[in-house]
Amino acid sequence: MRRNWIAGIFGWVWLAIIIVPIYWVVITSLKPSSEYYTTNPLLPSLSPTLSAYQLVLENDFARYFVNSVIVTVCTVVPAVLIAFMAAFAIVRGSGRFLRYTNSFLLMGLAIPLQATIIPVYLLIIRLSLYDSLTALILPSIAFSLPLAVLVLSNFIRDVPGELFESMRLDGTSEWGTAWRLAFPLTRPAVATVSIYTGLQVWNGFLLPLVLTQDPGLRVLPLALATFQGQYSVNVPAVLAAVVLSTLPILAFYIVGRRQLVSGLTAGFGK
Amino acid sequence: MALPALLFFAFFGGVPLVGVVLLSFTQWDGIGAISWLGIGNWTSVLADPVMWKAMGLTFGIMVFSWAVQTPLALLLGVFTAGTQKYRAFLAVLYFLPLLMSAAAISIAFKALLDPNFGLAATLGIPILVQNWLGSPTLVLFVVIFVLSWMYVPFHSLIYQGGARQIPKTMYEAASIDGAGTVRQFFSITLPQLKHTIITSSTLMVVGSMTTFDLIWILTAGGPGNATRVLAVDMYLRGFRANEMGPASVIAVLIVLIGLLLAQLLQRLGGKDKTSSQMEGM
Repeated sequence: MRRNWIAGIFGWVWLAIIIVPIYWVVITSLKPSSEYYTTNPLLPSLSPTLSAYQLVLENDFARYFVNSVIVTVCTVVPAVLIAFMAAFAIVRGSGRFLRYTNSFLLMGLAIPLQATIIPVYLLIIRLSLYDSLTALILPSIAFSLPLAVLVLSNFIRDVPGELFESMRLDGTSEWGTAWRLAFPLTRPAVATVSIYTGLQVWNGFLLPLVLTQDPGLRVLPLALATFQGQYSVNVPAVLAAVVLSTLPILAFYIVGRRQLVSGLTAGFGK
Repeated sequence: MALPALLFFAFFGGVPLVGVVLLSFTQWDGIGAISWLGIGNWTSVLADPVMWKAMGLTFGIMVFSWAVQTPLALLLGVFTAGTQKYRAFLAVLYFLPLLMSAAAISIAFKALLDPNFGLAATLGIPILVQNWLGSPTLVLFVVIFVLSWMYVPFHSLIYQGGARQIPKTMYEAASIDGAGTVRQFFSITLPQLKHTIITSSTLMVVGSMTTFDLIWILTAGGPGNATRVLAVDMYLRGFRANEMGPASVIAVLIVLIGLLLAQLLQRLGGKDKTSSQMEGM
């Protein structure tokens, strides 16, 4: 292929736009707070220190991290299981009830969480769940279902009909077929949906902002925002918190980049 | 087996959707009792210049960030779909913003743009020394820039997927006919990506109706009301001013306009059964 100079230059310019802020965040987070105001912003510190990170960790970072993990896991696992069951029923079954369920869930794709936050808040209060991690989990599960069902049912549809037929002839129940045949065969889609849902929840900000109050219940994005308010003069510490909150996902990116990238778009590129 | 999903979504998705319409006709401070009000909220919100300013801002940011993001994402998607090694390497780095939450990104840029000590101020390039977040006009550029920084990688992933599905033979045929790179881009790549453009644009447009996290943390709608977009307006009315009724009116408007725009874009792209479901997002 011919070299394409214009594309090349454009590619490197965009790289700079992406990398310079990230580079600055990382090197600044390693500076002693006194050095931040005096040294060249683009040069790493001559005496790098982890003290900013220490300060963040001392400020209950571990607890916020655990909160985020709890909310994410407790959302993704039930959401994917429930969505898988619904997708399986919709693909395999027939009848008006399933058709309506399908169109109802598809319609749900168009309902943004942000726009329903006030009634969700009212529901959570009435259920006496306000200011609990459960308050974050339940709506998160619900709002992840439409897309999860859509993606999973597209994949279950691709499972060859003969496989289902032979399971039926062996006398396996629909329930058994779902979990022993369809689930293993659609594992890539399950992974995609789990990652997509997981990232949405992990990075979610509005639900925690509106539905929790107790500092002990903060999840990472909310904790970041409050930390920034408290330590606005200690920029290295604020940026260390930013780095720390991103590290888990970065680790994931390094280990399973392909999976993560396909999960990120949840099949939009299809 | 579909029952749990149906009940779950009906309860936390369906009920709130009906609920927000009902609440828009009531008076509620978020704590006390809810009382029926009728169309009072609607008449007052529709006559409120603050709402119209938020509406204009939302559309302005939508149009500008679409105009910035679409060409960038398209070019980057096509660029990273190429087979050269260095492009694959660059792609790994391009997607880094996708790993960060809106909270992390806005906090990083807030520090970076600090008028006294941020990177922009201390680099020594005079034009970068500005009160980026304090000026009502500059802040709009900042919001569009940061939104693009955050979302272009996502959309370039979509374009990358689309570009990889264009048959190689089309390019080979074009090369034999003597078409250069630029000509190939406009005659093959662009038309072939039509559906991808519609999908990506729909996600962008509908998404920008609900942009909240990034703007809220970056500017909290300020300075003044300079970045008070509809979603921020809704939050401020509902959860800061404790006026859930008017806030619900804004929420209903967000849903309606979002649906309308999604429909419109679908028409624009022509009906395509398989992808239209995705485009409704």
